[in-house]
Amino acid sequence: MEFFHNVNIDFLGKKWYFLAFSLIFSVAGVCSMLFWHHIPWGVDFRGGTLVTVRFSHTPNDNAIRAALDRAGLRDARNQRIGQVADNERLIDLDVRETSERALDVGKTRIIQALETNAPAGKQDLNNASFLTIKNYLLDKDPLHVGSDAEQKYGAEAKAITDYRDNALNGVFASFDQLKAAPGVDSAVAASLPDGFFLSDFGVRNVAIVGPQVGAQLRKQAFWATVYSLAGMLVYLGLRFEWIYGVAAVVTVFHDTLITVGAFSLTNTEISLTVIAAILTLIGYSNNDTIVVFDRIRENIKLMRREKLSDIVNRSINQTLSRTILTAGLTFLTVLALFLFGGEVLHGFSLALVIGILIGTYSSIAIAAPILVAYQDWRIERGKRPVATPAKAK
Amino acid sequence: MNKNFLWKLGLILGTLVIFLFGIFGIPQSFSGSGLLTALTNHIHLGLDLKGGTHLILQVQVNDAVNVDAQNAIEVMKEQLRGHKIEYADIIQPDPQNNPDHLVLKGIQASNRTDLLNIVQDHLPEYDINGGADNNWTMAMKPSMLTDLKNRAVTQAIETIRNRIDQLGVSEPTIQEHGLGQYQILVQLPGVDDPGRVKEIMQSTAMLEIKQELGGPYPSEQAALQAQQPVGVLPVDAMLLPGHSVPGAEGEGEGQSWYVVSRVSAVSGKDLRNAEPSRDQNGQPEVTFQLSGEGGQRFYNFTSAHVGDSLAVVLDGKVQEVANIKEPIRDQGSISGGRMSEQQAKDLSMILRSGALPAGIKYLEERTVGPSLGTDSIRAGVRAAVAGMLAVLIFMLIYYRGAGINADVALILNLIILLGFMGYFDAVLTLPGIAGVILTVGMGVDSNVLIFERIREELRNGKTPPSAVDQGFSHAWITIVDTHVTTIVSAAILFIFGTGPVKGFAVTLTFGLLANLFTAVFVSRFIFDWILSRKQRGEALSI
Repeated sequence: MEFFHNVNIDFLGKKWYFLAFSLIFSVAGVCSMLFWHHIPWGVDFRGGTLVTVRFSHTPNDNAIRAALDRAGLRDARNQRIGQVADNERLIDLDVRETSERALDVGKTRIIQALETNAPAGKQDLNNASFLTIKNYLLDKDPLHVGSDAEQKYGAEAKAITDYRDNALNGVFASFDQLKAAPGVDSAVAASLPDGFFLSDFGVRNVAIVGPQVGAQLRKQAFWATVYSLAGMLVYLGLRFEWIYGVAAVVTVFHDTLITVGAFSLTNTEISLTVIAAILTLIGYSNNDTIVVFDRIRENIKLMRREKLSDIVNRSINQTLSRTILTAGLTFLTVLALFLFGGEVLHGFSLALVIGILIGTYSSIAIAAPILVAYQDWRIERGKRPVATPAKAK
Repeated sequence: MNKNFLWKLGLILGTLVIFLFGIFGIPQSFSGSGLLTALTNHIHLGLDLKGGTHLILQVQVNDAVNVDAQNAIEVMKEQLRGHKIEYADIIQPDPQNNPDHLVLKGIQASNRTDLLNIVQDHLPEYDINGGADNNWTMAMKPSMLTDLKNRAVTQAIETIRNRIDQLGVSEPTIQEHGLGQYQILVQLPGVDDPGRVKEIMQSTAMLEIKQELGGPYPSEQAALQAQQPVGVLPVDAMLLPGHSVPGAEGEGEGQSWYVVSRVSAVSGKDLRNAEPSRDQNGQPEVTFQLSGEGGQRFYNFTSAHVGDSLAVVLDGKVQEVANIKEPIRDQGSISGGRMSEQQAKDLSMILRSGALPAGIKYLEERTVGPSLGTDSIRAGVRAAVAGMLAVLIFMLIYYRGAGINADVALILNLIILLGFMGYFDAVLTLPGIAGVILTVGMGVDSNVLIFERIREELRNGKTPPSAVDQGFSHAWITIVDTHVTTIVSAAILFIFGTGPVKGFAVTLTFGLLANLFTAVFVSRFIFDWILSRKQRGEALSI
């Protein structure tokens, strides 16, 4: 089976279509970044408090909003994440509520606001760690064990939390559910309602980033990107002519702009892992460009008497099979990640999905035309053309 | 040809066995659950997959510098008195940002030589300058200052490690973090309720035993009023707050104040042990034991002060005042303040671990609940299997016989990658799983490059052995180029990234290195083997 058998498409001839296509998406992205959603920085970069909770039933968003307002958290955002059936909510506090004097004050206030039915003196079984449960059991001693209490109650507490977290998605709906828990003695289960109550949510994830760390991460992300680009420029400048390096950097910049633009348009948060994905797609786009450049360099040696644009066209056509296949296969794997990878990796996989498509497209549509355009510009200026067949390397 | 062949086969099989060992070790049984247990023993899961807490703390190094500066002030005053040099005052003009800067006021310039000698003999880590207007400035030498700050961080790490060890958290990570900001990274797997742990880590736990000279007074003013002369504390005394007194109304915090000696008879360094126990009323308390040297000092102090009172001071607050009935050698207790049993346990544990040299502030806190961790693992594995299957099947359909080649290389790739992680004790995070998936996609690129080239050469009329040869040699350069650039990218991510991102960089790098081996060496070997079994002129399945 073979696709792309003996292709001969005039890619360079279509460069104006490509340019238009790129311009539309770039401009749309830039407009969104400037005027609409701006750049949706995640909590890693802007600082703040993020609490993800899962409810045991469909939550009443109005009630949540009211509870947050009552607690004085007027600027807190409450958004649904995951599937509707997951009953998950993400509550987001600005960095100004996250003082470094007491970093977790925001988190505590959010949890207290949501615990609307908290009776005094009892702890929340849905948000208790296994240590808390173990200490309670050691105090209460419902099984009247003697010496082995530490181990026995440790095992019971672990069984309770394991059942809650693995089978019930982290939230007990009622104390009756304890009866079905493996490894939990009925006397132990019966002793719990005395010291614990059940809120209707479990905290899945907490991220609190103080302003100092937020600034540090921003700086690190920036320098990582700069070093990546610089490294690329240097490496390509050494392996090929410097203009190849410039073409590659412009291509990568174009890819990044469109990807970040897409994030802005869809209002998807840019977290640290998204930056990692963007750096990876810079690497991927670069790979792609190198494959085409390698072939161009090889063909320049072979096809000494032809025009550069013909050589470039031929090179692209020759590598087209490989390019589409690799892009397709990598895209398949990244698509699997996007569809099955879960909510935590959502931003990351979105960046890769877009990045691979754009990265492949840009090697053909942006990098190659830049090479030819540069040479044509030099010829027009009357200078000796660079990277032409006449120059044997 | 045959010897070459056997050697290469041996190398490949050997590699397979070595890396399988890296993944599983020697499993108890070869059943599904036995292998799973062996796997989880060798491959460590990151916090985002296991659940746990990640904290970044900053050591307030200026606290430690301040302690040194306070000490320097005391020493200076003592020396000036001893040398009968008059001075007006010694102050810290900027205690927040530059606590080591001291200004000595009102010392005549004629005392210059003496001053310089004092500093050289007793405070060698300081420099002294000035003399104009009878004002002199002292500051720590820059190298000594940096040293002190770094030591504070190292000591803080040790102390925190002690405390966390005693809490029984499994496999915690405590290390210096960031670039020069005196930050510490703490990772606590399995701790999804960090409140208590954070309190324990943050408590400075400075224990001192001082002589109690007067009190309790209901306020600072009352304490000063009671002095002779009124309003002036004796030179070697200081005021410290005590615990809140219940029912004391109209007194602000309801705190009582005590006058105690400045110099401590015994400090936290002299503690050898601390245990929770119960006092004569059955209330929880903490008993401590002193080291030999500390015990001797305590004995001397209590012998000289029978009938006086001593104050047990914790973190600058008077915990308890006790009467010295007879000389005490090496035992003491801290009660009072209505400690709960848990608090007594925590306090003894904190005392055992030693005092923090400086305060710590939390800068970042992330907690992944275990339910999210389990979900993430499920999702990650699902995506990996789906992605891998898609690629394997496609390669078979598109490249037929050669597809088997690629698939074998890919599976071996995965085994080597996981084996690397097992051997290097690398941590698998969720982005790490994504990195594995990405490696599959990018790794198959090498195979595609080679196969496409082989097809092209076949089309141009070359014989199968020649086509294979040309395919590999032409593709090799490009494969190296692309792998090097991606590995450099991954290295940058590793340097600049935090936990999960580092995990991604690690799996990507290992995967690409493994790929260099499998896509070129192993794949070539399989081709050669297939070719050696074909008749001359028989077509190659690709």
